[in-house]
Amino acid sequence: MSDLAVEITGLKKSFGPLEVLKGIDVRVQSGEVICIIGPSGSGKSTLLRCVNLLEEPTGGKIVVNGVELTDPDVDIDVARTKIGMVFQSFNLFSHLNVLNNLMVAQRKVLKRSEAEAKEIALRNLERVGLSEKMGAMPGELSGGQQQRVAIARALSMDPEVMLFDEPTSALDPELVGDVLGVMRQLAEEGMTMLVVTHEMQFAREVADKVLFMDGGYVVEEGPASQVIGDPQHARTKSFLARVLDPTRQGPSE
Amino acid sequence: MAMSKRQRAKAFRGAQYALLVVVAIVLALVADWGEIKRAFFNVDIAVSMFPNVLTVSLVNTLIYTALGFAFALLAGLLLALMKLSPVGPYRWIATVYIEFFRGIPALLVFIAVGFGVPLAFGIDFDIYSKVMLSLGIVGAAYMAETIRAGIQAVPKGQIEAARSLGMSQGRTTITVVIPQAFRIILPPLTNELIMLTKDSSLIYIIGLAREEYELTKFGREVLSRSPSLTPILVIGLCYLLITLPLGYLSRYLERQTGGKKISTPESTGLGVSA
Repeated sequence: MSDLAVEITGLKKSFGPLEVLKGIDVRVQSGEVICIIGPSGSGKSTLLRCVNLLEEPTGGKIVVNGVELTDPDVDIDVARTKIGMVFQSFNLFSHLNVLNNLMVAQRKVLKRSEAEAKEIALRNLERVGLSEKMGAMPGELSGGQQQRVAIARALSMDPEVMLFDEPTSALDPELVGDVLGVMRQLAEEGMTMLVVTHEMQFAREVADKVLFMDGGYVVEEGPASQVIGDPQHARTKSFLARVLDPTRQGPSE
Repeated sequence: MAMSKRQRAKAFRGAQYALLVVVAIVLALVADWGEIKRAFFNVDIAVSMFPNVLTVSLVNTLIYTALGFAFALLAGLLLALMKLSPVGPYRWIATVYIEFFRGIPALLVFIAVGFGVPLAFGIDFDIYSKVMLSLGIVGAAYMAETIRAGIQAVPKGQIEAARSLGMSQGRTTITVVIPQAFRIILPPLTNELIMLTKDSSLIYIIGLAREEYELTKFGREVLSRSPSLTPILVIGLCYLLITLPLGYLSRYLERQTGGKKISTPESTGLGVSA
């Protein structure tokens, strides 16, 4: 029980009359890599965004690193420093250069000294292979480089869990590999990761567990080889058929 | 034979030039050039205005504008934050302030600060405070709306990134939102600085000592003892000395920020996900 990193119980989320999550239960062990797959509109990004309360759940319970986030009296800002988030659209601070993107939250939130923050920032920049870009502005970087900087920025807070919200969906195809490579390396180092993705190859090779979501429910979950290699539910099968072999399919119903 | 559309357009363009030439020739023949030169380009009067027009009045205009701008910027930022506050009464107060001071003539505010307050409350303050208050009170109302728009133009993803790193809402506003908002609104803010520069002329109503003269008051004073439009022309050129470079700066900044504004693909619609 003690090495449970994320525990989600009966999670519900509605936007107005639209119920996007209809009761989700997920358990993530420390060091596990979970990939969440599913068609668009299935609620997978909303689920991820609930894990650091960027979306306020309408029901259920979320415990991350032993802290219940759904407790109304929780200090969410403190809790979030332990939960790294990587966005589809990178969201680097456009008015700060790369180094300052990595340092600003360390300095202002964790109150680290200038020297310490810089050392940690440079170490994480090296991890993603972009040391030479420390002085660049975000607008001068390619999408793939921006996303790797965004990963380094999250890592600089020493998070215990990392959330990836479709991290490669906004990238040109030839840049996807660099970002996935960094994520794979992170997984091998033992980081606990929740990844919403359409990269089935990545899910198959890196994920300890794959969740297939559709219509606000987790329809199927298990080892990657099972969910992707030998899906049991009809909806999983048809989704995977469309994703893995799009040219052979007729229009979806 | 009927002309083609292209030929008609050509003929019309030719007629326009012809008219211009005719008017220019008539003016040149009719006008009394000696009189015009005396009225507008009296070199003696122009020379007599220097150096004071620059060393005193231009400098004062710059100082008055800077004081008003500084006050307006701070008050405008405060009003913009109030206008975006989740607390209703703050929003209402800001709205009333903005609508009130945008809806009345700036001159009225100068009269109120210059005469109304000293008469009503029996307190008087120096010219710098009066200018700063009058110009600042009016400028703040306009800037508040500009700053609010700038704050709302900061992409949501920037705020989410800051919050996900553990920054509180206030910290996010100070560290991420306001710096980015000001980059967005730098061009319109420069335009408001131009407006304030021109509005600083309204201070003449308060009554100034000679060493406090700004450009317009200085021009009126010269005019009163030399019956020529020359002083007004010189003063106008002095204003252009300030406002034209600012105008160019504003357009330059607009091109800069318009070119590569935000580095996220949100504006392309790619940021939408399940």
